[in-house]
Amino acid sequence: MNIDWAGFTPWSALAGGALIGLSAAIFALANGRVAGISGLLGSLLQRQGEGRGEKAAFLVGLLLAPLLWGLFAALPSIHFETSSLGLIVAGLLVGIGTRYGSGCTSGHGVCGISRLSPRSVLATLCFMATGFVTVFVLRHLLGA
Amino acid sequence: MVRLSSFACGLLFGLGLLLAGMADPAKVLAFLDLAGNWDPSLALVMVGAIAVAAVPLNLAQRRARALLGGAMQLPTRRDLDARLIGGSLLFGAGWGIAGICPGPAVAILLTGHWQALLFVAAMLAGMLLFAALEGRRGR
Repeated sequence: MNIDWAGFTPWSALAGGALIGLSAAIFALANGRVAGISGLLGSLLQRQGEGRGEKAAFLVGLLLAPLLWGLFAALPSIHFETSSLGLIVAGLLVGIGTRYGSGCTSGHGVCGISRLSPRSVLATLCFMATGFVTVFVLRHLLGA
Repeated sequence: MVRLSSFACGLLFGLGLLLAGMADPAKVLAFLDLAGNWDPSLALVMVGAIAVAAVPLNLAQRRARALLGGAMQLPTRRDLDARLIGGSLLFGAGWGIAGICPGPAVAILLTGHWQALLFVAAMLAGMLLFAALEGRRGR
């Protein structure tokens, strides 16, 4: 294994993670909800349901975060390495997979593991596994 | 008040994603590329998030009501089923193709990258497809 020390950003990763954790903590204690983005999106796509305004407010905050960041500093780099077709296939898989799997990196990976939920631990192991395998296949076997 | 708190949480979540480097698909793919030039940073995002969230989330789980008065709605299911596993495996494959998961997808939507719009449109289509399949199954 070769570690990319030049690209390794331990402090900003830890600090950014802490902010994500703080958000999840406040959302659970104050609003009584899991900060799971796929769950929030999925429930808003359904025709009815409780707490729609509250759920939408979280997503609006998430949507506006880069604009607030941009008022004070330059946005960090955002680079895409995937073709249009790849983005469409990936988006479909992420959309349908997170709904069948009841969560994503935030709901299972952060909130669920923090609560020691067995479902979330298993889900996280599953999506990390196929994430690693998919990158290995695409980059090292197919050379994309 | 619940909406204001929710909005502030979303904002904080997004700032965290940006600071952590999760909003950069190339960095996410570098984390998932164990056999290449591996960037371990994103493992620390999870460590930082769980370190801060673990105690408050467990306290929240023991409460009957949220601090702002609403019902406590944290998940309570503990069963492990094929849908959970299959769905998560599919999600990971999509994550590995583009390096984008739902939180960062929303957080980079307004940064002027057409790729983010395309990904989110496909992701929402996937979610609607799930809802349609579930609706048929429930009928």
